[in-house]
Amino acid sequence: MTEKISEDQVKHVAGLAKLKIDDDQLPYFTTQLDKIIGLFETLSEVDTEGVEPTSSVTDQVNVMREDVAEDWHQQQALLDNAPDTQDGYIRTPTIIDESGENE
Amino acid sequence: MNYFNESLTSIHEKLVTKEISAKDLTQETLNNIQAVDGEIKAFLTVDEASAVKDAEQIDQNGIDADNGLSGIPVAIKDNMLTKGMKTTAASKILENFTPMFDATAVEKLKSFGTVTLGKTNMDEFAMGGSTENSAFKVTHNPWDTTKVPGGSSGGSAATVAAGEVLVALGSDTGGSIRQPASFNGVVGMKPTYGRVSRWGLIAFGSSLDQIGPITRNVQDNATVLNAIAGHDQHDLTSSTKEVPDFTSTLNNGVKGMRIGIPTEFMSQGLDDDVKQTVLDAADEFRKLGATVEEVSLPHTKYGVAAYYIISSSEASSNLQRFDGIRYGRRAKDVKNLEDLYVKSRSEGFGDEVKRRIMLGTFSLSAGFYDAYFKKAAQVRTLMNNDFAKVFKDFDLILAPTAPTPAYGIGEDVSDPMTMYMNDVLTLPVNLAGLPGMSIPAGFSNGLPVGVQLIGRPYDELSVYQAGNAFEQDTDFNQQTPKMGGTN
Repeated sequence: MTEKISEDQVKHVAGLAKLKIDDDQLPYFTTQLDKIIGLFETLSEVDTEGVEPTSSVTDQVNVMREDVAEDWHQQQALLDNAPDTQDGYIRTPTIIDESGENE
Repeated sequence: MNYFNESLTSIHEKLVTKEISAKDLTQETLNNIQAVDGEIKAFLTVDEASAVKDAEQIDQNGIDADNGLSGIPVAIKDNMLTKGMKTTAASKILENFTPMFDATAVEKLKSFGTVTLGKTNMDEFAMGGSTENSAFKVTHNPWDTTKVPGGSSGGSAATVAAGEVLVALGSDTGGSIRQPASFNGVVGMKPTYGRVSRWGLIAFGSSLDQIGPITRNVQDNATVLNAIAGHDQHDLTSSTKEVPDFTSTLNNGVKGMRIGIPTEFMSQGLDDDVKQTVLDAADEFRKLGATVEEVSLPHTKYGVAAYYIISSSEASSNLQRFDGIRYGRRAKDVKNLEDLYVKSRSEGFGDEVKRRIMLGTFSLSAGFYDAYFKKAAQVRTLMNNDFAKVFKDFDLILAPTAPTPAYGIGEDVSDPMTMYMNDVLTLPVNLAGLPGMSIPAGFSNGLPVGVQLIGRPYDELSVYQAGNAFEQDTDFNQQTPKMGGTN
């Protein structure tokens, strides 16, 4: 069986999705994804020349509404779900790594 | 109290005649869950205090004699938001999440006076077909506790089958209501895409997801869909089409109905007993006056590939929101924001969710989009055309729901491919957005087997009508599992 996806590609795709796959898990994920992508490739047997793709089957077209803000009065409930807050704001760690260790 | 020999009609009568109060009904239901659920493990959260309080309020307002849902305890799949009640989607990443509003379907059900008991177990983010992908517990099939309940709405189907509740809500992206309904011998409806608002349903595949009822019989199911269906301005894909009374044609029978059985659904890989169950169901429909003929859905064999590309792509986009910032799990000891995203997501998501996110990211990524995502979306068009062609001449499609009855716990989890192939009979209905319902239709070695009725878009009425005709003339839904405890 030819390889559909390599360990390096799996690492790359994981990075795009903000996931880290540990090195010892890499062969496990790569083998599984390879098999599934092999299945995906069976679609190449289907003649889709000139066929419009379907992205949704909704019967609604161009749904519009007034662009107005609504106050749900739930600031506290929202903040209660945040992992770290201060003075009514959500706190995050430093955006730029100043230690230089993570490059 | 258990619900094995009850229906919404029988319980409603007891409430109206004050044989039992809403509070006592809720309390006795909770007591039974306490006794039974240690074995079944259908619930992730049971909120006794809020349930009893809600039931007391309903007693105070008085049971509404014209509303069959007044005072009825219900269970909700844990991917639907419930205000003030923990909602996890069975994921560690949402372990401590408490929503500040109700999903529209939950809110509508509540407005009919139902009592929310708690939240049911599921595969993490609804990704899976056995409920074994839950981050928290494994649910057991009440008919044989060594078997899976199916999934992803395994908790909702198992709790109804175990007689713990009469009504549970599930969600169905590729079969997640119908397959567990089949495995548990209960009635599970996936309505037409757009029929029920998805507002407050934690999104998996937004063009496929649909909420629907799981019940013990067809009439109860139609009654619940009456309550939750309808347009919602919060869901831009929810339909503005008029919602009929889904119970109005239940007793009209199937005389003159044309039913098709897709040849491709009956071919290799299908368990012999499942196949026989469908053939027997076809004979039953013929006996009741319908014509049943073979039809063809020629692109069926490409469904699994198309579905897993499309659903994983949509999932990879939807699950970007879980970043550890505003809610959900945040990793400790992080150096910067990038580190926080990656660690929170890598710790919080289970393996199956990671697999789907990676499959989706891959299918959408530069250089692969045309060969995978676009190709799958084109194959989806061809599959939908196959259905449209059949529905020119036929009113309904009859098919097996799942290729096999419930399998053993631990049997399938190691190989995702096997798990994906099990969805081959249910996912075409999601790709086309059609209504599909699984009803109990037989047994195989003591395990229930369901068949699926598929209708034209927005024609849930015919699906319910045929399902009810079948149910009234058979006794499959009157069998109950021989569980320990109160049975």
